[in-house]
Amino acid sequence: MSDHKTMTLTLIVWRQKNANDPGKFATYTATNITEHHSFLEMLDCVNEDLILAGKEPIVFDHDCREGICGMCSQVINGAPHGGQDRTTVCQLHMRKFKDGDTIYIEPWRARAFPIIRDLIVDRAALDTIIQAGGYTSCHTGGVPDGNAVLIPKPIAEEATDAAECIGCGACVAGCPNGAAMLFTGAKVSQLALLPQGKAEAVARVKNMTAAMAECGFGNCSNHYECQAACPKGINVKFIARMNREFLKAQFA
Amino acid sequence: MILDGKCPTGPIEKSWDKHRFDLKLVNPSNKRKYNIIMVGTGLAGAAAAASLGELGYNVQAFCYQDSPRRAHSIAAQGGINAAKNYPSDGDSILRLMYDTIKGGDFRAREADVWRLSQVSNNIIDQCVAQGVPFARDYAGYLDNRSFGGAQVSRTFYSRGLTGQQLLLGAYSALSRQIKAGTVTMHTRREMLDLVVVDGVAKGITVRNLVSGELESYAADAVCLATGGYVNVFYLSTNAKGCSVTANWKAAKKGAFFANPCYTQIHPTCIPQAGEYQSKLTLMSESLRNDGRIWVPKKKEDVGKLPAEIADADRDYYLERKYPSFGNLAPRDISSRSAKEACDAGLGVGPGGRGVYLDFADSIKRLSEDTIRERYGNLFEMYEKITDENGYKRPMRIYPAPHYAMGGLWVDYNLMSNIPGLFVLGEANFSVHGANRLGASALMQGLSDGYFVIPYTIGGYLVTVKPGAVTADHPEFKKSVDDVKATNNKFLSINGKKTVTEFHRELGKVMWNNVGMARSKESLTEAIKVIPQIRDEFWKNVKVSGTGAELNQQLENAGRVADFLEFGELLARDAMHREESCGGHFRVEHQLPDGEAMRNDADFSYVGAWEYKGNDKEPELHKEPLKFETIHLAVRSYK
Amino acid sequence: MQFTSSSIGRKVLMAITGQAMVLFAVVHLLGNSSIFGWLSGGINAYAVHLHSLPLPVIVGFRLALLVMVCVHIWFGIQVTIENRGGRPQQYAVKSTQKATFASENMIWTGVLLLAFIVYHLLHFTFQVLYPDTAALKNLVPLHNEMVPNVLGMVAAGFKNFFVSFIYAGAMVVLFLHLSHGIQSFFQTMGWSNDRSQPLIIKFGSLVALVLFLGYVTIPLTIFAGILKG
Repeated sequence: MSDHKTMTLTLIVWRQKNANDPGKFATYTATNITEHHSFLEMLDCVNEDLILAGKEPIVFDHDCREGICGMCSQVINGAPHGGQDRTTVCQLHMRKFKDGDTIYIEPWRARAFPIIRDLIVDRAALDTIIQAGGYTSCHTGGVPDGNAVLIPKPIAEEATDAAECIGCGACVAGCPNGAAMLFTGAKVSQLALLPQGKAEAVARVKNMTAAMAECGFGNCSNHYECQAACPKGINVKFIARMNREFLKAQFA
Repeated sequence: MILDGKCPTGPIEKSWDKHRFDLKLVNPSNKRKYNIIMVGTGLAGAAAAASLGELGYNVQAFCYQDSPRRAHSIAAQGGINAAKNYPSDGDSILRLMYDTIKGGDFRAREADVWRLSQVSNNIIDQCVAQGVPFARDYAGYLDNRSFGGAQVSRTFYSRGLTGQQLLLGAYSALSRQIKAGTVTMHTRREMLDLVVVDGVAKGITVRNLVSGELESYAADAVCLATGGYVNVFYLSTNAKGCSVTANWKAAKKGAFFANPCYTQIHPTCIPQAGEYQSKLTLMSESLRNDGRIWVPKKKEDVGKLPAEIADADRDYYLERKYPSFGNLAPRDISSRSAKEACDAGLGVGPGGRGVYLDFADSIKRLSEDTIRERYGNLFEMYEKITDENGYKRPMRIYPAPHYAMGGLWVDYNLMSNIPGLFVLGEANFSVHGANRLGASALMQGLSDGYFVIPYTIGGYLVTVKPGAVTADHPEFKKSVDDVKATNNKFLSINGKKTVTEFHRELGKVMWNNVGMARSKESLTEAIKVIPQIRDEFWKNVKVSGTGAELNQQLENAGRVADFLEFGELLARDAMHREESCGGHFRVEHQLPDGEAMRNDADFSYVGAWEYKGNDKEPELHKEPLKFETIHLAVRSYK
Repeated sequence: MQFTSSSIGRKVLMAITGQAMVLFAVVHLLGNSSIFGWLSGGINAYAVHLHSLPLPVIVGFRLALLVMVCVHIWFGIQVTIENRGGRPQQYAVKSTQKATFASENMIWTGVLLLAFIVYHLLHFTFQVLYPDTAALKNLVPLHNEMVPNVLGMVAAGFKNFFVSFIYAGAMVVLFLHLSHGIQSFFQTMGWSNDRSQPLIIKFGSLVALVLFLGYVTIPLTIFAGILKG
């Protein structure tokens, strides 16, 4: 269990001072890393060394470090969140790497996600999409009893599958077109499945997909890279459902 | 000073309704003239900002994350309580209130807890209307489960993602108001000071975490929904960004800090693996519904594989000590029992800091598939972190700091002792007493945000002239200058230790001396050592970069500097409270069988501390607690 | 936002036009397969039958195909240019999990197919590439009538290695384009879910494979001398 073997790794990390800086790769060495380190803890160790050496530490987004807040956002060797099935960067552990490995670490790359610094990008566009209609327009108070409208288990479960999205943006980062179809599709589907969301379904799908385009996201080419990148394993069937909702809305 | 909570009088059943009627209303056409600042957009903050915006107020909301959807409320797994009594198993508003008061070891205000219990039912309805996908049965009805410390099934849940789903519900309501223009959202902003003008809260100073600029915002009321402070222990289940900073800045401006020593240590977390560890991960305590907790009876078995230890050689200590609650005993009791077992040398795993949570019996009884259906995501999470399969061998768990019952003191209207400063959710102290029951944090956050503050803030606002103070008031400039001076100080020290090293050092002192079991000696030691760490911090911390850019070291330096001050207050509060209650356990005060011994005669009060300066002792103010509906009793789960 | 400027709307138009062309490809193959003799009089009889349809039907059909091709190409190019802009900077390491060679190169297989269609039309429809063997100029008897010798034209063409190679190569490109395009149609129209999608992907590849084999058999059998003109 407590394995005393340690690893030494070469990190090739994207460094970019601010949005206007062209940015470049820099090489670092991570030493004394055990298999129980999480990927971010490995970066913490590198950063502690950098700080003490008087160098600028690598800046990256992170918060909950338990795979639910959606803040962490790194592309590791070309794969958003490192490519382990249903895992965020913060839950990725170093036992997935070998001593001597070279690891490329890059920020999410998409037109709609401008880089703020190093590995941090601006994902406000995802909020903009939700603001365009990712809600039911219910008032605080004045709503019916929770059991007034019945929702059969299979429907509730499928809505939950869609609602599991953590809004990290890995789907966009993984998509060769920088499209936000999986993110948007998940929210549209969640609310389209539930009776509470049906009343506004037509406007919602139109407004949210329009916001998606205005924010500079690309279009879907059905590569399904988004599903592979999604740390919650959100299925592309929700994109299909959004497409269906969109078509239905044309005739409504 | 004796504090007055301004609770309504008369029969408790009518208290909230009567109070709402007594509150003055703001004329609808005047509402847009009032500016309200909301710091923090988790469950409480997002719900409040959305509801206030909908009412017509002008709301400025702030969060340090890049989106309000990321607040740490999102990590709550288990569920949310409500007194719906859908399963007809004897629940009622009064019973929820009773359980909460008793669970909190009789250290909470009755009126606040009644209100919480009453509006708990509205919360479920509200969330369902928002499209929160709660678990349902095949007929379509809402499903309930029982949860740590309760003998009725009143917990509503959405897989192991209840916090996420509720937060996203509040976030969607907030998004709707942002679109409508009633709420202006400021992300990646950290509040670094409260601006008080003539004794009244009138605004805040924030740092734009991207540009580094300091910004001033003025308002007619300031609400803090800034969460809890258990990152003072360094390793906790909180998000890395969670801090006491907003609350502590308010405390330094005169807001009283109530019951800081009430910290909850959650029993079912994944044990620490090494020194480098940056946080601890919690697994929902719903696991305790089907898992059995045990340690080896004999020390020589500790190193063995769990399968090699015969059933007769295992000590299922919770079942043994608490036959009626067994593995579902409340959090403080389960946590302390785990510590006792490990202190006795019976702990398992690295450093002997772990106990087994065993599903073998449940798998035999129900099948592995049933267990997977119930807890699959937790087993997955456990395996990702530990590389061990929880279906095949028992999980290892250990307690970890999780939740702060203490917080800024507020009256029944959620207003602190500084007029115009309101505090919501985990950031205040109000309803959980000395210990919070499972599935009650989400309930409180949403209760405060959706159903309390929208009413009570009006009662305050009618008394102030809207826009009386603007951001060009000299107090704002002074506040910005102060913050700038502090930041420049951090940057100029150029010492030899990183911010994290200091935080880790503080955390060790807090955990060892002010953790699950506290004694006069351990607290004396903490009160001596913490100022030493603090002094060294201000002489030897290394923060590179500048203040005019995105600088995560600078952000952390500010947070750790505040923890270094606040940690001492926490220890002092623990020192003064010569009793054991809930999350506060003093080894000097225990019954012969090791149970907590409360001292109602001397300590049935809220201890609210007034900051007097770093080198001066804080001043204690008391709010006496009266129990008229629920009678004081020894909290026993045997 | 207009349907024709929306992200999903344009995809739907591409999906529908693409799928209509797949249907055309199926019918076209069935007709062409008359070259193997299942129709009395073979492909020459089939050609006569087609040309005996009322002129408005023929013109209308050709126009409809033209419109579909144009719509498909127009939006294909537009969307592709937009998509290239969606991720302006590529990753240093390319790692694909689910995308395929076919899905990533739709624009290039599409361009190649367009070039092939032009070539194919010049060869067999307008018959200007190899005037000597043009069917319209070489009439042969069929059921007491003199009809264009389509079989002769096709056979003469495919006996040429170069021509056969172009056709066979084009069918490989068609296979790639359709192996992504057919399943993509169902996804874009919203007619797939997690259970059906794996089947749809297999179905799409199967149809693409059948079309490929069907079409490629004609030049191959002729070139190999199995089918004689």
